[in-house]
Amino acid sequence: MTSVVVAGAGSIGSLLAAHLARAAEVTVLTRREEHAAALRQQGLRVSGRSDFTAQLDATADPGALPNAELAILACKGTDLEPLAERLAGTLPAATVMTIQNGLGAEEVVSAHGDWPLLSSVTFMSGTRHGDTHVEYVLDTATWIGPYRGTTEEDAIRVAELLEAGGLKAEAYPDLRPAQWAKLIFNATVNGVAALTGLPHDFHFAQTDEPSDLGILVRDLVDEGKAVAAAAGVELHDDPWSMNVLATERGHRHFPSMLEDVEARRPTELESINGALVGEAWRLGVDVPLQTAVYRLVKAREASYSE
Amino acid sequence: MGCGAVGSLFAAHLSLLDDVEVWAFDLNELHVAAMNRDGLRLSGAGDLLGRPRGTSDAAAIPPCDFGIVATKAMHTEPAIDATAHVFSEGYVATVQNGLGNEETIAGRVDRVIRGTTFPAGKLLEPGHVQWDVRGDTTFGPYNERTPLADVERLADACTRAGMPADAVEDARGPQWRKVIFNASTNPIGALTGLTHGRVCERSDLRALVTGLVDEGKSVAAAQGIELDADPEELIDHAAKPEVAYDHKASMLQDVEARRQTEVDYLNGGIVRFGQEHGVPTPLNAAIQALVKGVEASWTQN
Repeated sequence: MTSVVVAGAGSIGSLLAAHLARAAEVTVLTRREEHAAALRQQGLRVSGRSDFTAQLDATADPGALPNAELAILACKGTDLEPLAERLAGTLPAATVMTIQNGLGAEEVVSAHGDWPLLSSVTFMSGTRHGDTHVEYVLDTATWIGPYRGTTEEDAIRVAELLEAGGLKAEAYPDLRPAQWAKLIFNATVNGVAALTGLPHDFHFAQTDEPSDLGILVRDLVDEGKAVAAAAGVELHDDPWSMNVLATERGHRHFPSMLEDVEARRPTELESINGALVGEAWRLGVDVPLQTAVYRLVKAREASYSE
Repeated sequence: MGCGAVGSLFAAHLSLLDDVEVWAFDLNELHVAAMNRDGLRLSGAGDLLGRPRGTSDAAAIPPCDFGIVATKAMHTEPAIDATAHVFSEGYVATVQNGLGNEETIAGRVDRVIRGTTFPAGKLLEPGHVQWDVRGDTTFGPYNERTPLADVERLADACTRAGMPADAVEDARGPQWRKVIFNASTNPIGALTGLTHGRVCERSDLRALVTGLVDEGKSVAAAQGIELDADPEELIDHAAKPEVAYDHKASMLQDVEARRQTEVDYLNGGIVRFGQEHGVPTPLNAAIQALVKGVEASWTQN
């Protein structure tokens, strides 16, 4: 059986680890030893869209990891740098896959080792109910593509492994069109949700009056498209259509940036909105509205100390 | 009309004059009853007891020479609808925040006076207003139906009563300076939770404020309005520790209390006048949409 390491056991890491454990030998790398011990003893329960308890290995010590063929770094973007640093010098035979929101995860990881790298973006979502229980909420796909020292065939093999475990996955020869579509979607929807307190609901698609929120959302998406075009990326999906479609699901999704702001936690602003604004700057594209959203959310984080 | 903090400042002061009879119209019946029983008391920047005749019944008000509308901008229409009959021979002035109040009033009465006022305070309890900040008022004719001489009569009465006021031919300069100041700073405080001083000391946010100011200035310039001073100066002045560094913008206070804001009359007003004069205002439009989104979230969650 394939040996897989899943580093990070938040909701996405837990969903990946539990499902993959049905098709591979999985070891979870946690931050806390008691989390690893609980996983070894109790397994990892999945409820919601799937219903089973996975048996898997777990450790908080990177030196104790097996010589795996695949390692998925499934932490939040804000935790990626310290995680990659902990993994430096380990996993000599592994292909490493990033799955963070935004841009730049691959560069962060490549600075800490010369593993072959795969990129991925995921549209599935889950809710953690403790160290050994995750609820599978949205069973949408994970998209995988080559990044460094890998080919589409490597992406296909990982996609097949995820599907064998019961998740949805698709491989692409070039992930950037999908990655950028999700980046523009997230920078827009998460930023607007964090500033207004609105979950991703019908307001985001409303364009009847000049002051309707959908007009701003569409203008933000248009700025993002201009940056993608300047970067030579042809988007896989239209982020505006993704937005409209998501608001029509009838399920009021609370984007993580809104949850972070309400809980007064640091957000993924830098790797999402910051990455988009940074690319715009680098490419000489004017993005005044996205810049305003970026600065406002950043200031909102600064207000936690008021 | 509208006897909250600012309306009470005018009503209490003007009622001190021997040659002026003041009626205070407000829907808050407790406030009206208290001012009729004990007088209208101001304390803080100055202490005085005025004796305006309070009422919540517009039909009880006799014909008047001048009216002053001091409601929040979203209440202009019902306030003037209720009282228009009082001014068939008189003038109605506005001292409200934002843009569009004159137009709304002019839809109901013939002779309208544009006004901008800087004093501020808050209603402490029925019949009692805390006067926080002294300041000037500028009045000017809304259009040719209002002669400057009559605007001067109103300004003179306010000045004699202790509320210094000027009458000028074009009062749009001070109005737009204050609107641009409010539209460029209040919503930034409301969206970020930061006080005025902390908004201004973050260079990236201060640049966003300047972006909003520049759009407002362009819209003012396209109408031939000459600002009486640069709104940027007012913004930097207010950011000083001894002025308003720790001040939470009224819109932030509204948002924290989940009260409807005046954003449609501030940023929304700049956007509307910008459209009429072919001046793009993307940042003001974005800010208006975000604050409207905040208001919408209160009924959604």
